[in-house]
Amino acid sequence: MSGVSIVGAGLSAFGRQPGVSGREMAIQAIRRALVDAGLEWSDVQIAFGGSDGSGLADTLVAELGLTGIPFTNVKNGCATGGSALVSAVNAIRSGSAEIALAVGFDKHGRGAFAPLPEEWGLPSGYGDAGLMVTTQFFGIKIARYMREYGITAPTLAKVAEKAYANGTLNPNAWRRTPMSADEIAAADMVNDPLTRYMFCSPGEGGAAIIVASEAVATRLGGRPVSLLSAVTRTRGFGTFEVFAPAIQGSGAPTSVSTTAAAAAFEAAGVRPDEIDVLQLQDTESGAEIMHMAECGFCEHGEQEQLLEKGATLIDGSMPVNTDGGCIANGEPIGASGLRQVHEIVTQLRGEAGERQVPGGPRLGFTHVYGAPGISACTVLAV
Amino acid sequence: MSTTEAPTLHGSRCDSCGNVAFPVADGCQRCGQQVMRPIELSEHGTVWGFTVQRFAPKSPPYVPPAEGFSPFAVGYVELPDGVKVEAVIDCVDFSDLEDHAPVRLTATEPVPRFASSSFLAVAP
Repeated sequence: MSGVSIVGAGLSAFGRQPGVSGREMAIQAIRRALVDAGLEWSDVQIAFGGSDGSGLADTLVAELGLTGIPFTNVKNGCATGGSALVSAVNAIRSGSAEIALAVGFDKHGRGAFAPLPEEWGLPSGYGDAGLMVTTQFFGIKIARYMREYGITAPTLAKVAEKAYANGTLNPNAWRRTPMSADEIAAADMVNDPLTRYMFCSPGEGGAAIIVASEAVATRLGGRPVSLLSAVTRTRGFGTFEVFAPAIQGSGAPTSVSTTAAAAAFEAAGVRPDEIDVLQLQDTESGAEIMHMAECGFCEHGEQEQLLEKGATLIDGSMPVNTDGGCIANGEPIGASGLRQVHEIVTQLRGEAGERQVPGGPRLGFTHVYGAPGISACTVLAV
Repeated sequence: MSTTEAPTLHGSRCDSCGNVAFPVADGCQRCGQQVMRPIELSEHGTVWGFTVQRFAPKSPPYVPPAEGFSPFAVGYVELPDGVKVEAVIDCVDFSDLEDHAPVRLTATEPVPRFASSSFLAVAP
C-alpha cells in the first residue's frame, strides 16, 4: 500500500474539558492537522469520521466551511478512527481524491459506559445478575493468561506505572502525575487481578489525520510520514470477547488483534521486530501485556522478562505507548485510534520532546482493540 | 416444569460442522450454515477462567440480592460438549476455583450459575 502519506496530524486537548463539546474538540483537532499540513479546509477533498456518543462527524462542516465534499460518518466502536483512516487511504489509492481527512472524537463523562443487555443482544438476566460490567472481561482474560504464562501481579502494576510516567512527559495527556507501582498494586481491586489505577477511564478528546497522495506530499514539502498499511478486522470464529454469553469452539481462543496485526505487517512488508516505536491498546495493564504477544512483538509469556529489562520504556528496545496510552490520556472511543497514529507520527518526525524515543525511530505501529471483537492496526515509516 | 427438576442449559449443535452454541442459535458462527439442532448441555464442567466482582455493579440494570451485595465470582465454565459458558460461580473461597476446578450447574436464570464441590458440600 505504498503511495499514501500522512501530511498532517492534530489533537485537541485530552481529559476533562467542562463546557467544551466533543464536536468542538474535533474541530480543534482538524484545524491543528490542517495547520500541520500547511493546508486549508477547502483543500480537503473527502472526509470520514465519527464518534461513539458525541454526534455525527459530517455535521462538522457547519463550522469548517460548506465546501460540498463527501463526508461519511463512521461508527465502529474502538475502531472508529481506524475505519475512518482506512477509508481515507482507500480514497487516495483509488484516485478519487488526493487529500483526505480522518477524524475521531468523543466526550464521555465519568462512568459513561453503562451498557444494557438488550443493546448487546443478550437477555435482560445478564443485567439483573450483574454481568454487564465491561471490566469483568479484562479481569477474566488476564487472570487466565497470568496463570497460563507465569505473568505476576507486580508486572501489571509496572505497565500502569509506565503509563503515568509517560503521561508526565506529555503536555497533552490527561493524567500527568506519576504513580508508583506499589501505590497502583495497593489500590482498590476492581476485578481481580486488576486494581482501579490499572484501568483507563472514559475520557474526552479529538484526533485528526490528513492523508495525501505521494505527489501532493512531495509538493507540500513538510514532514510526511508514509502510511505503509492500515487494516481493520472483525473477529474470527472462537475468539473471547466482552459480553460473550459463551466462548464457542474448543481449544484456546484466537484473537482478532493477531489477525489484524498480521495483515497490517504483511501489507506493509515489515516484520514486528523491525518496529522502533509502538502503540498498543491499553484498556488496562493486562491488555497491553497480552497485545504485545498477540500483535507479534514477543512470545506469550516472554513479557515478564521483557518488562523486567525495561523493554517497553521510552528508551527500551520496544517502546510502548510513549504518550501514556489510554491509561494516561483516557478513552474517548472515537478518538483513541487516531491519537495513537498522531503519537507515532510525532515520534517518527523526532518531535516528541521529552518523551522522544532516542536513536531516530524509522518504523512505527499502532493497534486498537475493542468490543465486540474488532481491531485496527497501522504501520508507519519515515 | 416442576421445581424439583434439575436445571438444564439449552444450546444448539450445527448439523453441518458440529459446532456447539450457547444460547440457542439459528446460524452457526463457525460455518455460517443454518442447520442448528437444539441440544441439552452437560451440567458438569470445569472453571476455564474467572474474576471476582468486587464492587456492586450499577443498578439498574443490576438487581442485588435481598441480603445486599457481596463480591461474587464470574467466569467461564468449560463444558464437555465443546463450549465455554459465562456464569456466576458460587464457591466457599475464591481460591476454590483455581486449576480447572470442577463445578456443577445449579441454576439457569437469570444467567447460568454453577457451584464448586466445596460449596455444594456445605450448601443447605
